[in-house]
Amino acid sequence: MSETTVGARPDLAGFPTARDPRCPFDPPAEYTELRAQEGTASLSCPVGVEARVVSRYDDVRAMLSNPQLSSHAAPSTHVVAGGQLDRPVSPGSLLHMDGPDHARLRRLLTPEFTVKRIQAMRPYIQRLVDDHVDALLAQTGPVDLVSEFALPIPSLVICELLGVDYADRDRFQRQTAVLIATNSDPAALEQANLEVVGFMTQLVLGKLAAPGDDLLGRLIVRARESGQELSVEELVTLGITLLIAGHETTANMIGLSTLALLRQPDQLEALRADPGLAGTAVDEMLRYLSIVQFGVLRQATGDVTVGDETVKAGEWLVAVLSAGNRDESVFPDPDRIDLRREATAHLAFGYGIHQCLGQQLARVELQEVFARLHQRIPTLRLAVPFEEVEFKDDALVYGVKALPVTWDRAGEDAR
Amino acid sequence: MKVRIDVDACVGAGQCVLAAPDVFDQRDEDGMVVLLLETPPPALEAAAEHAALLCPALAIAVDR
Repeated sequence: MSETTVGARPDLAGFPTARDPRCPFDPPAEYTELRAQEGTASLSCPVGVEARVVSRYDDVRAMLSNPQLSSHAAPSTHVVAGGQLDRPVSPGSLLHMDGPDHARLRRLLTPEFTVKRIQAMRPYIQRLVDDHVDALLAQTGPVDLVSEFALPIPSLVICELLGVDYADRDRFQRQTAVLIATNSDPAALEQANLEVVGFMTQLVLGKLAAPGDDLLGRLIVRARESGQELSVEELVTLGITLLIAGHETTANMIGLSTLALLRQPDQLEALRADPGLAGTAVDEMLRYLSIVQFGVLRQATGDVTVGDETVKAGEWLVAVLSAGNRDESVFPDPDRIDLRREATAHLAFGYGIHQCLGQQLARVELQEVFARLHQRIPTLRLAVPFEEVEFKDDALVYGVKALPVTWDRAGEDAR
Repeated sequence: MKVRIDVDACVGAGQCVLAAPDVFDQRDEDGMVVLLLETPPPALEAAAEHAALLCPALAIAVDR
């Protein structure tokens, strides 16, 4: 941090969203200066309001653990021009709820995502990853790692979790792929949205009639037994929330982290030599990439203090997770990937009562990918020049649109 | 060292179980925190402190 930047206000017209194309893994450069200046900057956001932009690690944690800051607006609405900030919160919409309503619903779901429960899924996830590596190796490159590997793995994990019949999994995967693709046209998106809601409604109705031994079935029984029966609407909203939250984020992490590691041969070599590194490597890559790239929005319901400043009731604040994760006072040499770094205190899963419910599942999926993909395909490499890889600059969840990769055929399978 | 937990504040993120599995667990019925060792031995103190730091709900306190 240079002396001259301390206290200096960077010249910002609005909320920083543009990355330097030379280092597409780094957050916009403005955040380095925002962290160094006193207090917080108040910047105009694309949605049309001013918001305090919180970019230091400690301030992000203080902000996200403050019960007087409401989550009622969708987490990244600030960057959506024409986005609605005051839409009523629909029943079952976990991400937008506060206080006791949120706690009640989260507690009904939490048993499905405990460390123990997710560890029990590890053998299934290992098989799934190996099967997809087998499918890659059965082809002659180049192959798009996003569509053939990064997207289907989390999608099938969600199917398994929710209890989607095997016969329906292809259809389910096709619909959700359209839903989370950034290049889907509005009509296709609307259609896919209707289909996913229809699909989830059918699934929920089936589980209500005959709750099985899967997430939705157990959730229905648990809610009934505790006298908090959930409506069809709540269950459908919860199901879709889990689907989107668990699918898009993990898929983008697989694609983007593979690319970032291919660009860091020394780190990749260390991981290949010792797959046991996957544990720390996953949290380090979560920190480094912080794919919820525009941070999360909150609104003050009373006067609160963030950092050294008072924020008045009604004011908007954005916790920029990617900026906090590059805070050099917490993570020395923050712009460097160090797969041995103890980075579990990162902010990529958020902080406070909304911290990612599925984080243990995400960790296990990514750990198995990290430990297996590069071991089994040691010559994996980009099939196009790096400059041709397209990034999801506008999407709320950052990633690569496609990742053409190839490998040497001989001696490739170390299984 | 003495560890205290606030089950009402817990959100079941599981960070404490990952950081200090000999000190913390989660209840099967609702995923909330269980304190296995109120007074962890010296070898587990650092892990318990790390768990308190990680907890997103500020539900763990450590008194030295």
